[in-house]
Amino acid sequence: MKKPIIQVNNLTAKYGEKVVLSDISVDIYPEEITVILGPSGCGKSTFLKNILRLNQPAEGSVNVFGDNITIMEEDEYEKVLRKIGVLFQNGALLNSIDIFENLSIPLEQHTSLPSELMEKIIRIKLELVNLSHAINLKPSELSGGMRKRAALARAIVLDPEILFCDEPSAGLDPLTSAALDELILNLKNQLKMTVIIVTHELASIHRIADKIIFLDQGKMLFYGTVDEAKNSGIEEIVEFFRVGSF
Amino acid sequence: MARHRSTSEIINFDEGVIKPIGLLNKATVPQLWMSFKAVSGLTNYKHIDLSEVHSVDSAGVVFIEEVASELIKSNSLLAEKSFDDVIVNGSDEVLNSIKIFSQRDLPERPKRVRTGYFERLGESFLLGKSGVIEILTLSSEVFYWSIAALWKKKGARKGSLIQQAGLIGVDSVPIIFLLSFIIGLILSLQSAVQLRLFGADIFVADLITVSMLREMGPMMTAIIVAGRSGSSIASEIATMKVTEELDALKMMAINPIRYVVVPKFHAITFCMPLLVTISIIVGIFGGIIVAVSYLGISPSAFYGQMVKALSMKDLLITLLKSTIFAWAIVIIGSFYGFRVEGGAEGVGKATTLSVVASIFAVIVIDVIFSLIYIA
Ligand SMILES: Nc1ncnc2c1ncn2[C@@H]1O[C@H](COP(=O)(O)OP(=O)(O)O)[C@@H](O)[C@H]1O
Ligand SMILES: [Mg+2]
Repeated sequence: MKKPIIQVNNLTAKYGEKVVLSDISVDIYPEEITVILGPSGCGKSTFLKNILRLNQPAEGSVNVFGDNITIMEEDEYEKVLRKIGVLFQNGALLNSIDIFENLSIPLEQHTSLPSELMEKIIRIKLELVNLSHAINLKPSELSGGMRKRAALARAIVLDPEILFCDEPSAGLDPLTSAALDELILNLKNQLKMTVIIVTHELASIHRIADKIIFLDQGKMLFYGTVDEAKNSGIEEIVEFFRVGSF
Repeated sequence: MARHRSTSEIINFDEGVIKPIGLLNKATVPQLWMSFKAVSGLTNYKHIDLSEVHSVDSAGVVFIEEVASELIKSNSLLAEKSFDDVIVNGSDEVLNSIKIFSQRDLPERPKRVRTGYFERLGESFLLGKSGVIEILTLSSEVFYWSIAALWKKKGARKGSLIQQAGLIGVDSVPIIFLLSFIIGLILSLQSAVQLRLFGADIFVADLITVSMLREMGPMMTAIIVAGRSGSSIASEIATMKVTEELDALKMMAINPIRYVVVPKFHAITFCMPLLVTISIIVGIFGGIIVAVSYLGISPSAFYGQMVKALSMKDLLITLLKSTIFAWAIVIIGSFYGFRVEGGAEGVGKATTLSVVASIFAVIVIDVIFSLIYIA
């Protein structure tokens, strides 16, 4: 059995006094697609932010690549970030610059590649998400779905070892959403990427999920494969797979 | 037993039974409710009979259940009964609607927490202890990065310094020009009227020079810059926070202060003294116009008097003061930007607070400097 790439130990997350996640422990394995599932507002984004140290956990720890990310030194944290790509829920492209510049920031920040090569890398990544034509547009000139895809291109521009996606297919049409799943599967199968993805879409879950983390009201109700989930006998989960929504 | 019909024949109070008739929806319920409220002796009624009700919407269901609950409450004989015992004769369709909209399983309404006056005051621009610590931390980070950035080019935004200098500096020249000129005119006009009484006309030159140089120039400029640039700094950062752009920067190992605040900090540090200088010159020019046209002082006499009134010390203190105004404006704008909570609404709030707070700060700093002038 492979060693876990992310270990969450007794994680409790709060906003002020409000407990959003309580005592969550789970190991996430490399080269797997782990889907985080749960009703809206149950703390999925918060879970990702705590793993990434964008929020400091109230209690517990998170190991990424074997080291405790919550307490590591700034330069060590930067090294970890270099191997991580994040697609935020709203895309979070920088609005004041165009798509090309958005993708070039991580490259400039973390590599000393010559600009000709950078340009090629950026164009390849944009082609992967089918956005070659949008290279010179500002984020405000793109549709919601295009913005998501551009943000995904930015997230994978450094070929990260772990890719985090917060609801990548929310608001996308089924075709685009299926193409996105295809891309994510390729990233896993061909580039050996580990993917952690928040999604509600049943079709998408069936296509890509190796493992599922089911969150509800701040608790982790389940961790395991899709088949195990369906046969878990846990009411909320079985209901979700029957109805396809919360 | 009481027996009365409502005016519109839509409800029947009879034989211990309340019997609404026809449609129970948002249009009919208000009248029904009034008729029901007007009934005296609720204790006489034991049922609400739905046999004549054709269809109900959510308002109808709420009406039915409210009536049922009032009956149960006011009649000790019904104390042990449930809604199902009191609500009778509904058709399947009606009962189905009742099932969907029933209030029976409503969770208890969470208590609304009222914030007291002093807590709300805390939400205004006045800071608590944690706010003071935050703003000090932010200031030190801004100073650190604005110096470090001079040789560490990574994580900077290309061309942003020039762009920011344009936004903060060049774009505010016209309005500063206009307002300073008008202030100069007004100041000298007001004082000319008074000075003329004492035959001290020529001192209008001293007055306008000293007040523009020491107070009005820096103050006017700072207030305009706070309104234009301070607010835009706050709203830009707040928007970036709300749209997770700041998180995205952190994930690319870019310090948001370095990327967003530092170019503005450099630009404003560079522009503010220039803007203040423009304001002073234009204000004094406004004074000259009044002095020449209204008091009949010759331009050269005014000039001579003005030069006597100008002092290098005043100028240096003014430039120092305006730089500190500028820093306060950037830091306060960033502070409220980074501190934003909630979505789009929070952005507006942050912007407003930042303007109020930075004008307040400018005035406080000005008071401190006034003491220095006197000393
Ligand atoms: N910045 C914040 N401040 C306070 N509460 C927050 C903040 N962000 C999220 N929350 C609250 O935390 C809970 C979980 O939010 P989130 O993780 O975004 O849920 P999800 O991504 O599962 O929809 C929600 O109840 C939300 O209201
Ligand atoms: Mg979310």
